[in-house]
Amino acid sequence: MLSSVLGGGGVLGTSPEMLALFVGFGLVVGVLFGFFGMGGSFLVTPALLMLEYPAPVAVGSGMAFVFGTAVIATLKHHDLGQVDYKLGVIMITGTTIGIEAGRTIVYYLESLGLAGGIISIAYVVLLGGVGAMVTRDALKSDGGGGVDHEAADKDLSEYEVPEIAKTIQETVRIPPMVTLRGDVRVSAWVITAVAFATGLLSGFLGVGGGFIRMPAMIYAIGVPVPVAVGTDLFEIVFSGGLGSYLYGQGGGVDLGIVAPLLFGSALGARIGSAATAVVDADGIKVYFGGMLLIGAIAVGIGEVGSYLGSPPLELLGLVLVIGAAVVVALAIVYTTVSSLRETRRQGTAAAD
Amino acid sequence: MAGLAVPTWDPETAALIGAILLEAIVLYVGYGGLERLLGPYLTTLLLGGESDAQ
Repeated sequence: MLSSVLGGGGVLGTSPEMLALFVGFGLVVGVLFGFFGMGGSFLVTPALLMLEYPAPVAVGSGMAFVFGTAVIATLKHHDLGQVDYKLGVIMITGTTIGIEAGRTIVYYLESLGLAGGIISIAYVVLLGGVGAMVTRDALKSDGGGGVDHEAADKDLSEYEVPEIAKTIQETVRIPPMVTLRGDVRVSAWVITAVAFATGLLSGFLGVGGGFIRMPAMIYAIGVPVPVAVGTDLFEIVFSGGLGSYLYGQGGGVDLGIVAPLLFGSALGARIGSAATAVVDADGIKVYFGGMLLIGAIAVGIGEVGSYLGSPPLELLGLVLVIGAAVVVALAIVYTTVSSLRETRRQGTAAAD
Repeated sequence: MAGLAVPTWDPETAALIGAILLEAIVLYVGYGGLERLLGPYLTTLLLGGESDAQ
């Protein structure tokens, strides 16, 4: 449909129009990825499916794109001192085992003929639940998630640890204890359990899992928000790299898709991760929660459309996800520029 | 996500993934250089010339 309209000669077998489309879409996804540490897999793959790419190419290229974007964003967060490699390595181990357990459950449910329905319901409940919790917490803590103009200078140890994480840190003190960035001291077993649980959900839902892992690191381990974002990206480099390789072996990675997407997203990720140092953490959580809620509604609409055999409803679900991504990316850029302007204005007023 | 699936060695796929990794690093360094070169100008442009006030 759309791909045939935009077809023609070009670079790496992709027409100039499609290259421009991929670069623009990559820019939007890059801003979200750099800002939240997630958002690639559930945006790119459905878009590629709508453009009538075969499912293995859509999934494989989507994963390769996520891998490339994660490499860029991790390098940026590393420069900002927001990657905890110790936490990342423990998380990778626990997550990998969890993913395999999740996949085993999926195959078992598949043999019972229940996999599709249960996964869709779990997706909607989880996205909606996490989205509602994160939004409520952000709105409650800071009168609407406004901008903190001192966020850029904030030390990691100054970030407030959520109550639930404090309780876990004080209750579970099984050795070995690990000290993380931001002076967070937690049992390695807590990290492993969180990693396993998030990996299990990730394998069960068939997604990258950033939207589960990042809140889990904040609320269950008590890691400061910027470190949760940076460390999650570090983990995605490994899982995305291995996944891309496996899909690539089956011809599922198309460089004509991945290269232009990455070209746009590299710039977007730079903007997004730089914005995390300017915009307040509660502001981040409001955007994050809102996007998850819209994602939950979109998946629900898409599923109803699929159940009723209604292509317009399926398309509406996809348009909602992509539309929300564009709106949230613009909101991030707008808030960042507004915040910088306000800081500049205050600086000028103080000088006067 | 890949889980515990064990990949077999395939030079062609390794080169493909390597090309994506290389592109990512080149873009990171390239955009970083552009940011240093054009960053101050763009900041002034975005902030409506208010940076001149400093």
